[in-house]
Amino acid sequence: MDFAASLALIVPEIVLSVSGLVLLLVAAWAGDGSARLISAVSCLVLAACFALVAPAVCAGASGPDTVAFAGQFRADAFAGFAKLMIYAATGAALVVAPGFFGRTGSMRAEYPVLVLFSALGMSVMVSAGDLIALYIGLELQSLAAYVLAAFLRHDTRSAEAGLKYFVLGALASGILLFGMSLTYGFTGTTTFDGIRAALGGGLSTGALFGLVFMLAGLAFKISAVPFHMWTPDVYEGAPTPVTLFFASAPKVAAVALTTRVAIEAFGSQADAWRQVVIFAALASIVVGALGAIGQANIKRFLAYSSINNVGFILIGLACATAAGVSAMLVYLAIYVAMTVGSFVAVLMLKDADGEPIDEIAQMAGLSRTRPALAWCLMALMFSLAGIPPLFGFWGKFVVFQAAVQADLIALAALGIAASVMAAYYYIKIVKIMFFDEPADTIRGKSDRAHWALLAISAVLMSPLGYLLTGWLDTLADRAAAALFLLA
Amino acid sequence: MDGVPLLSLMLLVPMLGAIACLFAGERAARAIALAATLIDFALGIILWLNYDIGGAQWQFTERAPIFAGFSWALGIDGIALMLIMLSVFLMPICILASRAIDQRVGEYMAAFLFMEALMLGVFAAQDLFLFYIFFEAGLIPMYLIIGVWGGKDRIYAAYKFFLYTLLGSVVMLIAMLWMVNEAGTTDIPTLMAYDFPAGAQTWLWLAFFASFAVKMPMWPVHTWLPDAHVQAPTAGSVILAGVLLKMGGYGFIRFSLPMFPEASAQLMWLVFALSMLAVVLTSLIALVQHDMKKLIAYSSVAHMAIVTVGLFAFNVQGLEGAMIVMLSHGLVSGALFLCVGVIYDRLHTREIDRYGGLSINMPKYALFFMLFTMASIGLPGTSGFVGEFLSLAGIYQVSSWVTAVCATGIILGAAYMLYLYWRIAFGVQKNADAAAMPDLSAREWLMLGPIAAAVLWMGVYPESFLAPMRADIAALDARVARAKPEGDARLALGEPAAAEADTHEGAH
Repeated sequence: MDFAASLALIVPEIVLSVSGLVLLLVAAWAGDGSARLISAVSCLVLAACFALVAPAVCAGASGPDTVAFAGQFRADAFAGFAKLMIYAATGAALVVAPGFFGRTGSMRAEYPVLVLFSALGMSVMVSAGDLIALYIGLELQSLAAYVLAAFLRHDTRSAEAGLKYFVLGALASGILLFGMSLTYGFTGTTTFDGIRAALGGGLSTGALFGLVFMLAGLAFKISAVPFHMWTPDVYEGAPTPVTLFFASAPKVAAVALTTRVAIEAFGSQADAWRQVVIFAALASIVVGALGAIGQANIKRFLAYSSINNVGFILIGLACATAAGVSAMLVYLAIYVAMTVGSFVAVLMLKDADGEPIDEIAQMAGLSRTRPALAWCLMALMFSLAGIPPLFGFWGKFVVFQAAVQADLIALAALGIAASVMAAYYYIKIVKIMFFDEPADTIRGKSDRAHWALLAISAVLMSPLGYLLTGWLDTLADRAAAALFLLA
Repeated sequence: MDGVPLLSLMLLVPMLGAIACLFAGERAARAIALAATLIDFALGIILWLNYDIGGAQWQFTERAPIFAGFSWALGIDGIALMLIMLSVFLMPICILASRAIDQRVGEYMAAFLFMEALMLGVFAAQDLFLFYIFFEAGLIPMYLIIGVWGGKDRIYAAYKFFLYTLLGSVVMLIAMLWMVNEAGTTDIPTLMAYDFPAGAQTWLWLAFFASFAVKMPMWPVHTWLPDAHVQAPTAGSVILAGVLLKMGGYGFIRFSLPMFPEASAQLMWLVFALSMLAVVLTSLIALVQHDMKKLIAYSSVAHMAIVTVGLFAFNVQGLEGAMIVMLSHGLVSGALFLCVGVIYDRLHTREIDRYGGLSINMPKYALFFMLFTMASIGLPGTSGFVGEFLSLAGIYQVSSWVTAVCATGIILGAAYMLYLYWRIAFGVQKNADAAAMPDLSAREWLMLGPIAAAVLWMGVYPESFLAPMRADIAALDARVARAKPEGDARLALGEPAAAEADTHEGAH
């Protein structure tokens, strides 16, 4: 494949990086006054990238035509599907930001630029076909994210979140690098294709260690148990639009990356990593559910909820089948919509002065003081709990269906029984909003962008979302097929 | 009526009503809810009139493959028809019974209408996963109804109801996924004829049992029911006892029996043991209650146990009896909860001792209450008798011991119901405030009158209700016949009576 064809495959990444650099210059010269303009342009850039990627996803692009730079980069339907979710979630993080930062005058021009670079890193991550490309993408995403976590630099909680995220993220990167070096040492190659070919005959102890360390490093990034400890602190401390971003786009990217590593590079040794994934899945579901029960802060609560959801996503990975990967993608898409909606709702919890509120106790009786917000939030909570007829059920449904088809019935039964534990804390939020006497502190007005995003998310999560299932499943099936074609 | 998607329409009307109620004011919401439920009742009557008895097994079928993995498939047989009729009949009465609700009326009515749509969906669904979605979704409105408009300990009761029933159902989902994977279809009629391997049947049966036993509820997983009933508002209790409990019985008759006949026969002893315990224990518990709603709730558990033994009797009498007990209990326990609601609205207490001698100042009320008490006991002429007699006659063919134990339920039932009636309606008027309560209003007449008529109709001429179900029950009986257990009666031919007569003659 010649160089021009390779370049054609990475057009979205080129657009992202060039516009990121240009907007950085604009930010440098025009100052913070241009922040809203840069945000708007960034959204347009993301929309353009979305449009560039969409055709490949709809067509189910796969095969050698989608491989660029001699296997370094893959622009197949799987990567495309993940990119669509990433761009959409990133766009949401940009749209909600001005309303949050603008009130305190902390809407700085760097915010959209950093978010764009992070999106670029995620784009590279999900398309990586080589350990080096994987690492470059991961670090580009992470470095931008560390700065974003500490974006409110005069707020000690935000600074603490940034530092924690950085230290633990660096540790995770170190573990990942160690695993990569072991893998390279025992297989003699860094490309996923090469690793798969080298492992075809069997897994040596050294390569097994490499695999386990790589999975551990990636588990940090997707905040799966037992590498989840940073999540509640970072989610709580980071500014809420940034938390929205962390909980959605990077999670998609890290899950997609983990899937690609597991299926493409280590696909022939599925039995070796399956037990690790099963443990992480069940532990995430249980720890996420138990951890959330005692939380008083809604952002910490949603952090544990995201840990819990990652557990369900990993059940799809544990199947190591095309159906399992397709189920993961469907779950991820629904999860992104639910998460964006939940955090937008959190952003809309403000007191009379517009000061953000994140205490769960303050939400008491919300259904009487702010009925529209409370009903949307209730739909999201039941959806996260996976109660039909809300659309969140469909994500759990496809994941468990894949597990049953892969003959992992015990895993499915344990996972679904643990989901009842998770239901307890979601219905607790509903109880506080609907059954308790109003605290009546939430009175702030929200701008239209927030309402629009919340409405979109609530409509998607309503039973109307099921009308999308045919379309969503087809796209996810094609994307999963593309991944398995290469593997 | 050909071409009109009547069942979808019946689901759509309350759904639209629910959305309208959310945005309406108090008076408008009441009017919308009553109108929507009455329209649905009218549609239900049309459904019954157009149901072709002796025609195709599945009628009014609709199928639209608009989802991935499952489809919008509706259709009913006679069993579903009767349960749908029960639901649409009780709903307008529930709306009328909600006059005492004075806060957040719009949301309340929306929750009830949403609930109605989901209940009808459960009985009409012809797709396994569509059934599951309707079955499970009912938790959300019921959680809100108990939690927002319930009594003092409503939050505990709401949690308990939600988590208990959810835990039961999720295991069933895994079993359903396995079944669909094995049989390659989500179509319920096809699955009802599919023979699953006998080894797998046991596990599948247990998974379904976990869900339906909680919903039913069977001893010992019944403990959510008294809490939920006591705390729920009157109309919530009526729906809970009248229709939601029937979903468990419907599940047994639609899924457990036809899909897993071997496992049903194999685990019959489990059902019998739990049912016998339930009949005796919960009847005794009912005897010592001081709270009227709790007493009726425990009596529901006992009645539902008669349903389960009838269902697993593997013969036509048992199945028909179980269905009639379900319909009858839906009417009678609903009516009893309404009777409690009538006096609760006046005195705001469910304590039995706070009443007494009501037949003096509320004679009409006492009359209705007596009718429903007798129906609950199973007096001939009321619906309760028909169902219980048929169920016990069916089970007698299988096991005399089970019959003997379950029949004590009727005696104990008479004891606790008559004791309740005595303490409330008879005796001296020891409480001045109870003695000053006015008799039934026109609205309450409208609530209790139709149910009383239906109870008598079902008691005197049960054929109207049995006829639509007869073919379906016969089909089910034929389906489970291969696993039919042998009865314990061991009837042996005695000495012919004629021979004895001959010897007498010879002696002369």
